[in-house]
Amino acid sequence: MINDGRDRFENGKRDFLKYVLGGSLIAWAGSILYPLFAYLKPPKQAEVEVSSVKVGKLSQIDKDSGTIVRFGNKPVILVRTATGDLRAFSATCTHLDCTVQYRKDFGAIWCACHNGRYDLNGRNIAGPPPRPLDEYRVIVQGEEVLISKKS
Amino acid sequence: MKTYLTRCYEWIDERVQLDSLVTFMGKKYVPVHRNSVWYYFGGVTLFLFIVQVVTGILLLLYYKSGEELAFESIQFIMSKVQFGWLIRSIHSWAANLFILAAVIHMFSVYFEKSYRKPREVTWLTGMLMLFLGLGFGFSGYLLPWNELAFFATKVGTDIAGVVPVVGKPIMIFLRGGEDVTGATLSRFFGFHVAVFPGIFTLLLGIHLILVQRQGMSEPMHAERDPGKPHKTMPFFPNFLLRDLLLWLIVLNIIAILAVFFPWELGKKADAFASAPAGILPEWYFLFMFQTLKFLPAKMLFIDGEVFGIILFGIAGLLWLLVPFWDKKSARGERNRAVNYIGIFVVGYIILFTILGWTL
Repeated sequence: MINDGRDRFENGKRDFLKYVLGGSLIAWAGSILYPLFAYLKPPKQAEVEVSSVKVGKLSQIDKDSGTIVRFGNKPVILVRTATGDLRAFSATCTHLDCTVQYRKDFGAIWCACHNGRYDLNGRNIAGPPPRPLDEYRVIVQGEEVLISKKS
Repeated sequence: MKTYLTRCYEWIDERVQLDSLVTFMGKKYVPVHRNSVWYYFGGVTLFLFIVQVVTGILLLLYYKSGEELAFESIQFIMSKVQFGWLIRSIHSWAANLFILAAVIHMFSVYFEKSYRKPREVTWLTGMLMLFLGLGFGFSGYLLPWNELAFFATKVGTDIAGVVPVVGKPIMIFLRGGEDVTGATLSRFFGFHVAVFPGIFTLLLGIHLILVQRQGMSEPMHAERDPGKPHKTMPFFPNFLLRDLLLWLIVLNIIAILAVFFPWELGKKADAFASAPAGILPEWYFLFMFQTLKFLPAKMLFIDGEVFGIILFGIAGLLWLLVPFWDKKSARGERNRAVNYIGIFVVGYIILFTILGWTL
């Protein structure tokens, strides 16, 4: 009887030590691993918040052409259709992040990486792209052409 | 009178007992049979790795990482540094031959079923080295910071990003941010010259020690009739000398390729230019690239890529684990299924690589 109680006491003591040591081991590992993993994650760069960019003069943009415009740190494609309409879309292909281009011969927006195609409304019409291109707004102020985010 | 060399040997032997090691090496024999030629490809792969280490260190003397420096520093190596063009071309060519030799070595081991017990760990370390080799290729491809490399890296890391749940954090970790920038270049440079070589050397050490300890794998048909005496040749010096001769031939092939087909540098990467037409990844990624091209945008409920990547992931994992599911070969029985799978995989890779080149 006395022995039993003693055993229980000893076991309890052992368990207690097990938890204390095990717990501190986990805490120790955590205190090493947390900074390591946090270090691997690149810090958020202050994104250049751009609401609109000037592209240039309307007269300088050829009909039936496309140009890549720097919008903050994202590429945007400005397309002038054969009829003279101006349209702007995100130039980042929705498939795997390549930069698209305007193809005169197709009269469409094309991605060289995996042969994806978008029509001049940015809709994905052929190839692997899963989504249409995001549209931007084109504003013409007199002669000046501006691109801005669609709100 | 003892020569200086013998005295040197004895000095070391007295302290670290070299003799036992030399006796062990002297007892190693290489089986001779109709498939013996495949034994050489491991050695060739090893030689190409050594070439990569040497030329890689030489390139490090002039290479500068960074968006504004990388491309220019390679231009400098190619045009100003004496024999810089040669060193860089050798590094690029040997990298491709390394992958080729490793793939041949891997398939020969697969079809001979040399991965069977007791050589499972040798197979695993070999496969991990092959994956690392692909990582070497992928990370090294970006370092010149040219247009092709820039978009290949965008696509490659974006593919990692479409994997459910873990994909996005992995992509950000690889790129050092949301997009492929100079931060990506810094990271890839670090992987390419420090992280991968370190891990690779460790795996290579295990791989080679295992090959020395367990000896060359005998073909299964030789094991099946143990009555017949096996023809063998001593590893040292007979096999080693043949190995060295082949290494010399391989070095000559690299030299010819590097001189007559110098590696292009292309145009500097520009984040605000369209992807150029005719863009292709390195040839050893071409079959996967081509498969992704064929997959429709949506399959069942998921994106085509996700489906493709998960499929390749599972296939790669099954391939890696072949010693553990091919129980028949481990028992010494013939396993035809493994051969059929292997032939299918080789056929698929060849077909889709050709399609990738021509379409």
